[in-house]
Amino acid sequence: MAGKKTVIELRDVRKTYQIGEVSLEVLKGVNIKIDQGDFAVIIGPSGSGKSTLMNQVGILDVPTSGAIFLEGKDISKMEESQLAQLRGRKIGFIFQQFNLIPTLTALENVTLPTIFQNVSEEKRVQKAKDLLAKVGLADRMHHKPTELSGGQQQRVAIARALVNDPDIILADEPTGNLDSTSGQQVMDLLATLHGQGGKTIILITHDIELVRYAKKIIYLKDGEVVKVKHNGVEK
Amino acid sequence: MIKDYFIIPWREIKRRRLRSWLTLIGVFIGIAAIVSLITLGQGLENAIEGQFQALGKDKLFISPKGGTFAGIGSSVVMTEDDLEVIKRTAGVKRATGLAYASSGYEFNEVVRFNFVSGISTEPDERALAGEAQTWKIAQGRNLEKGDRFKVILGYEYTQDTLFEKAVELGDTILINGREFKVIGFLEKIGSPPDDQSGLIPLDTFGEVFNREDEVGYIIVQTQPGDDPAVVAAEVNEELRKSRNLDEGEEDFTIQTPEQFAEAFGVVLDVIQIVLIGIAAISLFVGGIGIMNTMYTSVLQRTKEIGIMKALGAKNSQILYLFLIESGLYGLGGGLIGVILGIGFALLVELAFVVFLGPAFLSVEIDLLLVAGTLFFSFLIGCLSGLAPARSASKQKPVDSLRYE
Repeated sequence: MAGKKTVIELRDVRKTYQIGEVSLEVLKGVNIKIDQGDFAVIIGPSGSGKSTLMNQVGILDVPTSGAIFLEGKDISKMEESQLAQLRGRKIGFIFQQFNLIPTLTALENVTLPTIFQNVSEEKRVQKAKDLLAKVGLADRMHHKPTELSGGQQQRVAIARALVNDPDIILADEPTGNLDSTSGQQVMDLLATLHGQGGKTIILITHDIELVRYAKKIIYLKDGEVVKVKHNGVEK
Repeated sequence: MIKDYFIIPWREIKRRRLRSWLTLIGVFIGIAAIVSLITLGQGLENAIEGQFQALGKDKLFISPKGGTFAGIGSSVVMTEDDLEVIKRTAGVKRATGLAYASSGYEFNEVVRFNFVSGISTEPDERALAGEAQTWKIAQGRNLEKGDRFKVILGYEYTQDTLFEKAVELGDTILINGREFKVIGFLEKIGSPPDDQSGLIPLDTFGEVFNREDEVGYIIVQTQPGDDPAVVAAEVNEELRKSRNLDEGEEDFTIQTPEQFAEAFGVVLDVIQIVLIGIAAISLFVGGIGIMNTMYTSVLQRTKEIGIMKALGAKNSQILYLFLIESGLYGLGGGLIGVILGIGFALLVELAFVVFLGPAFLSVEIDLLLVAGTLFFSFLIGCLSGLAPARSASKQKPVDSLRYE
C-alpha cells in the first residue's frame, strides 16, 4: 500500500460511558487505518460498538483515550467548533434514517452544509442542482422530504453528503430503512462514487450482504476489532 | 450570508402555526398598548398645543386664586377697578373682563344647567374675548353697546338635543329666571361646555347674578414686540399694589398660554409614564413567552440540531439560527403591535371627533416611534431567545442524533 495516503487512523481508541455509578467500556482499544480510495465496511452484531465507532470515525465524538488522526491531524484534543468545520469539509454523512431537515426542500437540504461553510449562494445552488441531477432527482428538487419516497430521500442525503466535496463518505446503515430495490440503487450509487469518483467510503452495517462491495472489511465484536479482510485476503 | 440563516427559522415559525400565533399574541398586545398610549398621548399634546397656538402667545389670563376656574368657588373677588389698573399698565394693549356663572336655562318647559358668560359690549374688548375663547358668530348678530337682556347662545342650542326643540333667533329663553331674547348663535367649537354656553352683557350679568362690577376673569393682550413674561410681571406689580397686598401675598394668578400648556403637558407625561410602565410589564411577560416557545422549539428539534452539527455547523452557527428565530417572533409581534396600536389610536381619535369635536385629539403617525418599536421588539426577541439558543448550541452532536 505504498504511496497511499491514510485518511483516518484510530490508535488504541477507547470509549467509556458513565451511567450513574457504572462505567461501560464500549470501545476497548480499537486500531483502524483507512486509506484514501478505500471502500471499507465495518461490520458487527448489535452491541458490538458500531455506532460508537462511527461517532469516533466521523469525529462526532472524542475518545476517552487513544488518538484519532484525520489526514494526519490529531483531532482527539480539538474543540467542538474546529471539529464541526473539519467535519463539514472532510466528511459526508449518510444516515439510516436519512435525517433530512423536514421544513426544507431537497435542493435546500443539499445546500445546507455549504451554508455552514460560507460558500456563495450562486456556487452552492449550482453544485446542489448538479448533484441532484447526478443522483437522478433533478425533477424533485423543490419537493420536501415528506413528498419523497425512502429511496429518494436517501439519494438526496447522498447528494447532500457530496456537496462540500468531502474526501470521506461515512454511511451508517444506509439501506436499513429501504426496500431491496432502493437499497440496491443506493449501494450502486456508492459503488460508482468510489469507482469513478475516487471517494473514500466507510460503511457501517450489520448486513452481511453488503460486504461484497467492500475492498476492506473490518469485523467488530464486543468493542474490539477481531478480523480485517482485504479483497478476500485475511489479515 | 446572514439572510441564509433566515430560511430555517422562518420555515419553523410557519410550521408551528398555532404556537407561533400564541407567542406573537403575547408580544403584540404589549407593543400595541405601548404604541397606542404613546401615540394618543402625543395626539393629546398636539391638540392642546394647537389650541394654545391659535390663542397666540401674546395673551395673559388673570383670575382670582382658589376656586375651580374663573373664580367660581373662590372667595377672592376682582372688580372693574382691577380691570382699569391693568389697562393702564405699561405693555398692555387691550384688556377685558369676563364673568362666569353656572345657571339654569329654561326653554320649552325644560330646564338645563350650563355656563353663562358676561362679556363686555365694547367692540374691541368683545373682539379680544372672542379671540381668546374662539367665539365666532354663526347666525344673528353680536352683543352691542346698549344691549341689556339679550343673549348669544352656543351651537348646541340650534339642535333639539337640549330642550327637545331647537331654539331660534328671536326666541325668549329664561336664564336664572330672567327673560332673555336670543339675538345670535355661535359656530360649533367642538367641546360640549363651550357649545352649551350663553353670552350676555357684563352689566346685565351683574344684575342677574347679584355681582355688580365683578369680573371673574381678565384677558390681556400684550403690546406687539413686548415679552409677555415681562408684561406679566408688570401687571403683577401694579395689581398687587392696587389691591394693597405684600409681595408673595397675591390673591390672583397670571398665566400665559404656555404655562397652561406646560402644566397640562406635565400631568399628561406622568399619566403616560405610569400607563406605559404597566404596558411594559406585559411586554416583559411576552418576552418570557418567547423564551418558553424557544425552549420547546429547541427541545423538539434536538435531532435536527444534531444533524446540522454532523453537517458541519459550528456552535455559533446553531446559536444564530435560534437567535434569529426568537428575533423574528419579537419583530413579528412588534409589527402587528405597531399596526394595531396606531389603528387603535386612530379609532379613538375618530370617536373623539364624532362625540366631542375635533378640538381634543390630533393623532400623528410618528415614523421614528415605528422604527424604534420594530428595532426594540426584535431586540427583545433576541434577548428572550438567548438562553434557549445557547442551550441548543451547546448540545453534543452524538446525544442529539440519538434523540427520538
